[in-house]
Amino acid sequence: MSGTECGFNSPMSTGAWIAVIAVAVALAFGLFRMLSDGRFRGTKELHVPHEVHSPEPHAWDAVIDALGETELGTRATLVQFSSAFCAPCRATRRILSEVAEVVPGVVHLEIDAEHHLALVRRLDILRTPTTLVIDGGGYEIARASGAPRKEQVLSAIPTVDLEA
Amino acid sequence: MSETSSQTATQTGIDPRGPQFAAALTVVVLILALLLPQPWALLVTVIQTVLFAIGTGLGVQRTPHAWLFKKFVRPRLSAPDELEDPAPPRFAQGVGLVFVLVALVAYVLGATLVAQIALGLALVAAVLNAVFRFCLGCEIYLLIRRFA
Repeated sequence: MSGTECGFNSPMSTGAWIAVIAVAVALAFGLFRMLSDGRFRGTKELHVPHEVHSPEPHAWDAVIDALGETELGTRATLVQFSSAFCAPCRATRRILSEVAEVVPGVVHLEIDAEHHLALVRRLDILRTPTTLVIDGGGYEIARASGAPRKEQVLSAIPTVDLEA
Repeated sequence: MSETSSQTATQTGIDPRGPQFAAALTVVVLILALLLPQPWALLVTVIQTVLFAIGTGLGVQRTPHAWLFKKFVRPRLSAPDELEDPAPPRFAQGVGLVFVLVALVAYVLGATLVAQIALGLALVAAVLNAVFRFCLGCEIYLLIRRFA
């Protein structure tokens, strides 16, 4: 069965079907990723009321446990997870460090995911780049996977200081 | 202010459209391997295995695809906006190599469907790379490290 021609006597071969399905799956997945990459979504910690700061560990505690004492931005800390085999990590690094330079109280922290696998599991990081937005109180308020655009980062930063 | 734990971005690297062009050629070869009857399907699979092996072993700058890109494609393009690290696409070539090796062994053993599914999975990754410049092999890396 040649599979290159379609008709009543020679239906599409299995190989041709697999080729068609593979291309369709790739196009659908690629379009989905194009639309969802870089979009910040609010995370569960957002809904924790700030007056009931329970002693339960939050995102910044996990980061400190892994890295040691590091500077927390008064307004926001942009925690970027990167890895060696990650092409969009470079663009993400450039965008986040630009935002940190321009916006007062914002700090950019880049973490090599493969050297901090315990932290990666604890914070449930599945892809690089993944960017967490951590507020002045150490709570994760949003995260985005894939390279974000600058305006996406700016709109994810809290407008008021939560340290008050 | 900015703090980075790894090295700062250096403007060295490869034109990201090179690996994208190579992925487009890989798409064509993999589709041929799925459509052609034997023994041509096996021959094309062998050729793709050799190409992935070159990309993995010598790096993506030393493949026949890279030569074609430099010679015929890049002169017709404008300068790239940003240069890219060659390590991620090289790792992805290695992931592709694993899939076509599975296909090769399966073809030889007569397990045609297994071979075609392995080629189909490699095709998904190659289409993602060619159309969206998205490196599926690179994403697999962290998942392997996370769960291994």
